[in-house]
Amino acid sequence: MTMSIENKRKYLKLSGLEPMIVSAETNFINVGERTNVAGSRKFLRLIKEEKFDEALDIARHQVEGGAQVIDINMDDGLIDGKEAMIRFLNLIMAEPDIARVPIMIDSSKWEIIEAGLQVVQGKCVVNSISLKEGEALFVKQAKAIKRYGAAVIIMAFDEVGQADNYERRIEISKRSYEILVNEVNFPPEDIIFDLNIFPVATGMEEHRKNAVDFIEATRWVRENLPHCSVSGGVSNVSFSFRGNNAVREAMHSVFLYHAIEAGMNMGIVNPTMLEVYDDIPKDLLEYVEDVILDRREDATERLLDFAETVKGTKKEQTADLAWREESLQDRITRALVKGIDQYIEQDVEEARQSADKPIEVIEGNLMTGMNVVGDLFGSGKMFLPQVVKSARVMKKAVAYLLPFIEEEKKKAPQSPKEARGAGKVLMATVKGDVHDIGKNIVSVVLGCNNYEIVDLGVMVPPEKIIQTAIDEQVDIIGLSGLITPSLDEMVYLAKEMERKHLNIPLLIGGATTSKAHTAVKIDPQYTNAVVHVNDASRAVTVVGDLLNKRSNQKYIGELKEDYEKFREGFLKRTKKKEYLHINDARKNKYKIDWSTTSIVRPNQLGIQIIDDFDIKQLESYIDWTPFFRSWDLHGKYPEILKDEIVGEQATSLFADAQELLKKVFEEQLLNAKAIYGLFEANTIHDDDIEVVHDKKVFKFRTLRQQLKKYQGKPNFALSDFIAPKESNIQDYIGCFCVSTGFGTAALATAFEKEHDDYNSIMIKALADRLAEAFAEYLHEKVRKNDWGYASDEMLNNEELIKEQYKGIRPAPGYPACPDHLEKLTIWDLLKVKENIGVALTESLAMWPAASVSGYYFGNAEARYFGLGKIKEDQVEDYATRKNIDIDYAKKWLSPNIQE
Amino acid sequence: MKDIYKILEERILVLDGAMGTMLQRYKFTEEDFRGERFKDWPVPLQGNNDLLSITQPKAIKEVHRLYFEAGADIVETNTFSGTTIAMADYEMEELVYELNYQSAKIAKEVALEFTEKEPDKPRFVAGSIGPTNKTASMSPDVNDPGYRAVSFDELRIAYKQQVEALLDGGADILLVETVFDTLNAKAALFAIEEVKDERNMNVPIMVSGTITDASGRTLSGQTAEAFLISVSHIPMLSIGFNCALGASQLTPHLEILSQKASFAVSAHPNAGLPNAFGEYDETPEQMANQIKEYLDKHLVNIVGGCCGTTPEHIKAIADLAANYKPRIAEVSV
Repeated sequence: MTMSIENKRKYLKLSGLEPMIVSAETNFINVGERTNVAGSRKFLRLIKEEKFDEALDIARHQVEGGAQVIDINMDDGLIDGKEAMIRFLNLIMAEPDIARVPIMIDSSKWEIIEAGLQVVQGKCVVNSISLKEGEALFVKQAKAIKRYGAAVIIMAFDEVGQADNYERRIEISKRSYEILVNEVNFPPEDIIFDLNIFPVATGMEEHRKNAVDFIEATRWVRENLPHCSVSGGVSNVSFSFRGNNAVREAMHSVFLYHAIEAGMNMGIVNPTMLEVYDDIPKDLLEYVEDVILDRREDATERLLDFAETVKGTKKEQTADLAWREESLQDRITRALVKGIDQYIEQDVEEARQSADKPIEVIEGNLMTGMNVVGDLFGSGKMFLPQVVKSARVMKKAVAYLLPFIEEEKKKAPQSPKEARGAGKVLMATVKGDVHDIGKNIVSVVLGCNNYEIVDLGVMVPPEKIIQTAIDEQVDIIGLSGLITPSLDEMVYLAKEMERKHLNIPLLIGGATTSKAHTAVKIDPQYTNAVVHVNDASRAVTVVGDLLNKRSNQKYIGELKEDYEKFREGFLKRTKKKEYLHINDARKNKYKIDWSTTSIVRPNQLGIQIIDDFDIKQLESYIDWTPFFRSWDLHGKYPEILKDEIVGEQATSLFADAQELLKKVFEEQLLNAKAIYGLFEANTIHDDDIEVVHDKKVFKFRTLRQQLKKYQGKPNFALSDFIAPKESNIQDYIGCFCVSTGFGTAALATAFEKEHDDYNSIMIKALADRLAEAFAEYLHEKVRKNDWGYASDEMLNNEELIKEQYKGIRPAPGYPACPDHLEKLTIWDLLKVKENIGVALTESLAMWPAASVSGYYFGNAEARYFGLGKIKEDQVEDYATRKNIDIDYAKKWLSPNIQE
Repeated sequence: MKDIYKILEERILVLDGAMGTMLQRYKFTEEDFRGERFKDWPVPLQGNNDLLSITQPKAIKEVHRLYFEAGADIVETNTFSGTTIAMADYEMEELVYELNYQSAKIAKEVALEFTEKEPDKPRFVAGSIGPTNKTASMSPDVNDPGYRAVSFDELRIAYKQQVEALLDGGADILLVETVFDTLNAKAALFAIEEVKDERNMNVPIMVSGTITDASGRTLSGQTAEAFLISVSHIPMLSIGFNCALGASQLTPHLEILSQKASFAVSAHPNAGLPNAFGEYDETPEQMANQIKEYLDKHLVNIVGGCCGTTPEHIKAIADLAANYKPRIAEVSV
C-alpha cells in the first residue's frame, strides 16, 4: 500500500509538543545554546546552586527569542550531570511554553544521553556521538538512539582526531554516514553532521580557513550524503571577539549567511546574539566578510581595528517585555495565563498596596486571572500542563500574600474556623473507580490556592467520605470518577449526604460527569450546592465562591436555580404534548355504570386500630423483588436466586436477610402498628370525595389526568371510582396507615456503632419490606372481613403481589395521587399520630420511615394509573378547592406541573 | 495464512469494538469476577475486566465470536490493563503473564475457528497493550513538577513482560493503544523492539493514540503530528487514533495522519461522545454514517470501534467498509 517514496527527499522531523520539520522551505533551524553549562556561566551557576526555576527562565527566554530546538548540556565536573539532566528535562516537560519545541540532549557522556532520552516524549536530537572511540561503540550507541526514536548529531571526529580541514571533514562524514545507513539501518534524514566550527581571526595562520573549510565541507556533505542535515555551534567562530557583541553578532550573521547558502540547515545559535544580515552596517559587513571568507591577508587586523569603534554600542537584551507596560490586572492575568512567575510578587505587591485588605488581591486580581485561565482551558485554547503551571504562579502569589493576610488577621481577630486558611476540601474518587489523575490535579490546584486538602484517594466508599467530612469538618467535598458506574456512586453519595443531613457543598468532576447529569440526577438529591466542575482552574473559582462568607448564600441560591432550570430544560426536551382544559378532562372522565355496579356496605364502618401485631404473620406477604432492587440486584424473586449473573449474590443476600428477619421475629425487635377506617363516601363536583365520619365531613381532593388521550381513552381521577352524590347511591371509601418501623432506627444505630453498615442497611430494607407486607396483609383483611366485598377471595402471595384482587389502595405521593398534602387529611381523619404514633415530617414523609398509608377503593373497576403532567388551570382549581395558596399548591405539585 | 500487509493493500480491515461495553451486559458481580480461584483475594476485583479472561473465559470468547461474526478481521485481546503497573491496583502483579497469555490464547482459538470456516477472510488477534495508569512525562504532584510516578525503565520492563506473554499466547499483531502519554508508548515500543531482537522475529505493530480534549492534543500535550513523529522510528503496520472522541470529532486528526504517515492509518473511535449519563448512545447507523466520511476521503486502512461500540456497530462499519478501497499513503510534508 505504501507508494515508493525512496526517491523523494526525506526530511528531518522532530517533535516537542508540536512538530518541527526541517524541510527545504524551513531555511535554518535555530538551536538555543544558553541552557548549556559549558556555554553559559549563568546557567552553570544556577544549576550548581540548584536554582532550577531561574534555569527554566533561561530556557523559556530562548524559546521566546526564537529558538526552535533547545540544546541542554550538564557536562561539568562539579555537577552530577545525569541527575541534573533528568531533573531539568522533567521540569521542562511541565512547561508547555518550552516543551513545545524539540530537545537536543547534549553530553559527551553516553550515560547522560540515555537518561535524557528516557524522560522526553518527543523526538529529540542526540548531541553527539562519533567514531572517536571506534566503530563498535558508535554502532551500539546509534542502535540505541534509533530504538529511543531520536535523531543524532555526528561529530566530525574519528579514532585519529577531530576533522580540522576540508578533506578530513568529508572523510569522516562519509564513513559515518555509510556505517549508519548501511549497517545500523539508521534513517538518513535523522543524521545531522556537526562539521566543527572553529574560530577565525585568532591571529594564527592555520585558523584563517576555518570558516571557509566548514562552509565548503557543508556543501559537499549536502550534495553527496542524501537526506542528512548539517549543524554547528556558531558562536565558536567569533571566539576571538569575546566582549564585543556588536562584532560577534555581525560575524555570526555573516557566517550563517554563507553557511546556510552552502546547505547548513541547523545551528546552535543564541538568537539574541544575532544581527540581521541586512542591518549590518556596510563597513562592518565588509570587514567581517573578509575574515569569514578569508578574502584578504590583513582581514583580521582590519577587523580588530574597526572593532574598537563599535564596542558596546549594541543593546544586550532583546526579550519581548512589552507586556510589562500593560495595566496591573493585564500583567497579573498574563503571568497566570503564561505561567510566568518572574514578576508576580512585584505585581501582587502593587495590587496589595491599592487594596483594602490583602485577601482582596486573591479574590479580585488573581481570581480574575484564574477565570481567564479557566475559560481558555474550557474552550480548548489552553491545555492541562499549562493550567497546572498557572496554578503554580497562583501559589507563589498567594504565598507572598499570606504573611500580610496573617497580619491582617491579627489586627481583626476572627473565629477559629475562619483563621484556618481558605478552607478545607475533601477530595475522593468514588467507590469502584481507580482513576485519579483529574482529582489529583484539582487537589493540587486547590492546595496552591491555600485550601487544605483531605485526599482520601481512590475507591473510597461513600460511608468513608461522609464520615471523614464530618470528622474533619471539611468545607467542601469533591467527588471524582471516570468510569460510567461512578455516576451512580455520586448520586448515591449525594443521597447519602442528604440522608445524613450533611450541609457541605458538593463538587462533581471527572470525564463522564456532565452538567446535565449533575443537574438531573445529583443536584435534586442534595439540599446544599452541587456543582459540576470539570477543570481544575474553574474549581478554584467555584470553591472560592462557595466559601465566600459574604456572598455564598446568594451564590448557592443562584446555583440551585441554575441547575433546576437546566434540569427542567433538559427534561422538557420531549416532544410537545397536548393537554385538555380541566373542564374538558372532566367531561372525559372514566364512567362506571352506577346503575349496575356492585357496591358492598362494609361490615365494619369506622376506625380500627391494631396495636400489638405479631409481625411473624407478615412473612408470607413479603414481596422480595423490590428488596433485591434496593441492593442493586435486578430480577424477579424467586427466579433471581437462580439468575446466571446475580444469582449467587442474590442467594447470599437473601440468606443474610432471612437470618436477620428470623432474629427480628424471635426477639421481637420491631413493633408493628396499624390504623384503618371505612367510611360512607360520595364524589362531589367530579373530583372531590366527600367522606363522613362521626358526623364530621372530610374531603379527599383528587387530581385528574389532563394529557389529551387517544379517542375512547378516559382522563382518570381517583374520584371516578366512587359513586357521585347525584346518583343517590351510597358508596364507601377506606384509608389506612401501617408501620413496622418502630425500633428500626435504634437497631440501625446499634449496627452502625459496630461499623456494621451492611446490617444497618439491611434492617432498614427489611423494615420497608415488612411495612409493604403489612399493608398487603391489612388490605386483604379489609377486603375479606372488615369491608367484606371479597369474602370469598382465594389468592396466593404471588397473585396478591400481582394485585389480582378487586379494589386498589393508592397512596398519596404516588403516581395516581402525587399530592403529599392529602396525607394531612388522612392523618386528620384517622388521628394517625395520636393513635399509633406515626408522624409526618415537614416534607410530609412518614416517620418511622417504614410506614405505608393510603386509600381503599373497593369498586371492581378501580385501577391504578399515573396522573402525568397537569396544567396550571387545574392547579388553580385545586388550590381553590383545597383553600390553599396557589404558590403553596404549585410548590407541592411542581413535579407534575406542565409549563 | 495470508500476510496482513498484503491484505491491507487489497481492502480495508475491520477491527473489533468495545470489550468493556459488551462485558457490562453480563452484569458480573464481585463474585463472578473472583470465581472460585480468587474468592479469598484480599482486594475488591470487580472492574478488573482483564481478570475475566481467567475467571469468565466463556464470556470473553463469546464477545470475540460476536465481533468476528459481525465482520471484524482483527479482535483485540482482553489485556488493556495487563501490566504489573496497571495490575498493582488489584495486587495482581504476579498474574500478569498468565492474564496476557490466556487472553491471547482464547482470542486465538476463536480466530482460528473463523479462519478455518472462511479461509479467504483470515482473522487476526491483536494483543492490546494499554497505556497503564501512570504517566512517564507528567507529574501527579503540581508542587513537584519534576517528579515522576513511573520511569521509562519501569514501563519498559512491565511492557516487555506483557509483550512476551501476548506473543506466547498467540497474538498475531501488537496494538499499543489509547496512548495518552507518548513516552509510555515509546517505552512499550522499545520493549517490543527488544523482544523482536531477542527472538529474532518480526511482528506487525499498530500504534493508536488518543486525543482527549478540545485543544486537539494528547493528555501529555502533543499534537497529532508531533505524536506521529515521536513514534515513527518504529516500522509500524499502522498508526491511528482511538477512544476519547466520537468518529466525527476524530476526522481532522485522522486527516493529519493520513497526509503525513507512511504507514497504514487506523481509527477506532467511541460510539460518539458519552451522553449526560455516561452512556454512549450513538446507533450503529449514526456511527457508520460518520465513518463514511473517513472512507469517502480515503483516510483509513483499518477501522473499528472503541468505548460504547457493539457487534451491531462493527457490522454496520464492516458492511460499509466493504464497498471502499483502502487509503493509499501519499506522504506530504
